[in-house]
Amino acid sequence: MVLTPVLSRHWDDADSFTLEGYTRRGGYTALQRALTMEPDAIIAAVKDAGLRGRGGAGFPTGMKWGFIPQGTEGQAAKPHYLVVNADESEPGTCKDVPMMMATPHLLVEGVAIAAYAIRSSFAVIYVRGEVLHVIRRLQQAVADAYAAGHLGQDIGGSGFSLDVVVHAGSGAYICGEETALLDSLEGYRGQPRLRPPFPATHGLYASPTVVNNVESIASVPAIVLGGAEWFASMGTEKSKGFTLYSLSGHVKNPGQYEAPLGITLRQLLELSGGMREGSSLKFWTPGGSSTPLLTSEHLDVPLDYEGVAAAGSMLGTKALQCFDQTTCAVRAILRWTEFYAHESCGKCTPCREGTFWMVQVLQRLETGTGTEEDLATLLDTCDNIFGRAFCALADGAVSPIVSGVQYFREEFVAHMQGRGCPFDPVASTVFAATAGGPA
Amino acid sequence: MALSEHTRLELREIIARYPQPRSALLPMLHLVQSEEGYVTSEGITLCAEELGLTQAEVGAVATFYTMYRRKPAGTYHVGVCTNTLCAVLGGDAILSGLKDHLGIGHNETTEDGRLSLEHIECNAACDYAPVVMVNWEFYDNQTPGSARDLVDACREGNPPPPTRGASSLCTFREMSRVLAGFPDGRGSEGVQAGAPTLVGLEIAKSRGDVAPPMPDAPATSER
Repeated sequence: MVLTPVLSRHWDDADSFTLEGYTRRGGYTALQRALTMEPDAIIAAVKDAGLRGRGGAGFPTGMKWGFIPQGTEGQAAKPHYLVVNADESEPGTCKDVPMMMATPHLLVEGVAIAAYAIRSSFAVIYVRGEVLHVIRRLQQAVADAYAAGHLGQDIGGSGFSLDVVVHAGSGAYICGEETALLDSLEGYRGQPRLRPPFPATHGLYASPTVVNNVESIASVPAIVLGGAEWFASMGTEKSKGFTLYSLSGHVKNPGQYEAPLGITLRQLLELSGGMREGSSLKFWTPGGSSTPLLTSEHLDVPLDYEGVAAAGSMLGTKALQCFDQTTCAVRAILRWTEFYAHESCGKCTPCREGTFWMVQVLQRLETGTGTEEDLATLLDTCDNIFGRAFCALADGAVSPIVSGVQYFREEFVAHMQGRGCPFDPVASTVFAATAGGPA
Repeated sequence: MALSEHTRLELREIIARYPQPRSALLPMLHLVQSEEGYVTSEGITLCAEELGLTQAEVGAVATFYTMYRRKPAGTYHVGVCTNTLCAVLGGDAILSGLKDHLGIGHNETTEDGRLSLEHIECNAACDYAPVVMVNWEFYDNQTPGSARDLVDACREGNPPPPTRGASSLCTFREMSRVLAGFPDGRGSEGVQAGAPTLVGLEIAKSRGDVAPPMPDAPATSER
């Protein structure tokens, strides 16, 4: 089986987002089962399943849960918190938003199970503010889950109680970084914290906290129902299970494709109808703009954590943005760099200043006034930013530049000596050849 | 509209949701914005009073986040995604077309107060590119022409419904109130998914691809 819809299995039910629609498809039976299990047995199942964080970093979810101190002494005695990172903002990433739109209860059920496992009675879904209807769906799902007794006091007579708050962010990419998210949730500017201590011991309100991505949490009900072995029967040796791949760009059929980890872009393109008419793949991101670019040489790289790392990039969020031969690599890289400069939180000097100056240099290069020396300065700046900031935003910012120069140095040079951009931006649009085009 | 005693009570309702009061600050600022169309100094003062913070502390937070506006937003706040993927697929052409058509630039509002314009970063809908947001509702798969029609309809007070959202478009202030955590009861409106969200599932079904069966799957009403 090439595709394995689990999370997306019932998205084509017109009422998939309602409590009734979700329950009709077996929703909340995983929570019922979980509440009959020992919390530690659930953590063990998630560990054994090999579920790794779907937010980009790929850290084992069960291990994260296992780091929460349990007991009555010291940190363990403080309240435990579960925070869902629904701040989906990495350029190219578009899986959590449609999932919460189509099946918000899948996330709510996962939240209830995860909170029970880590012994938390307060959970927050931190959702980016720029998706109004997703926020409505989450609010409705949480309210309906309370009314049905899936949240609130003494859930299902188990003695376990849980409150869930849907918390809308306010527009800051950096809040997708888990410690910045926690600062934001405490009512501060979203800026990353120095680690250690890690959130597992000193997270929200300096208490033990699990921060998990939406898709990670939404994968938990299936693990409870199907078991660790079933989950691990999909995927590769170190990258287990099913996941959502988001195909976008110059492809015939952009969208969400749920498959076992380890599928290749070649397979996904073959299944989905390939690149658009008359188009060939020039470069792509395996997991958002913070993961180094790959090219058509990498079509057979297994899209799992190890495979993509071996190709010099990262699996990230599995956001497969595909660009064809009409796209100027310099323009694409400049735009991403402008994004990182805008979103740098300003805490660390290399990132704050470095991204600003890289935009200036890249603008010169794109418009034709740049030189070979600029290119060298750019790479030198990247060297001075990488690994020198609190969080991964800075490392992400240099990814498109370093990989872009590696694969497309000639294209940078072709812009120089006043020549400017050799590409026609109209040719790369989706309406390039249609009547509704730019007029 | 001035901030009233009622606003103060609602701010306290937000504070009561959280284990620690200051966690309420972001939604409180959304509420203030819903009352006045932007974050005023009066709104900052009110939040500061309720949380026992200084105005400087609240102002420092309010100015960090791009969704809080320092000038009145239009009734319809239009965001055009110009992050790389949307930009390349047409977002740049859409934005420049709208700037010319409306005679306003990034973060500006039309004189009649109906529309404000912003270029936005990736809004998690790349499979629907190029994307335009109005009051943070999705208007998917836009062209320069369709975006122009969209803003004209908004200006006339007759906006079309979002592609994936409620059955009609609410105002900027109504939107901000939902973000503050006061639901408008419209979560059940609109589609569950658009075509790109479903394309992988449809291909899987046409191929007969399914996940391996669970070992002891409980009975559900399967097809």
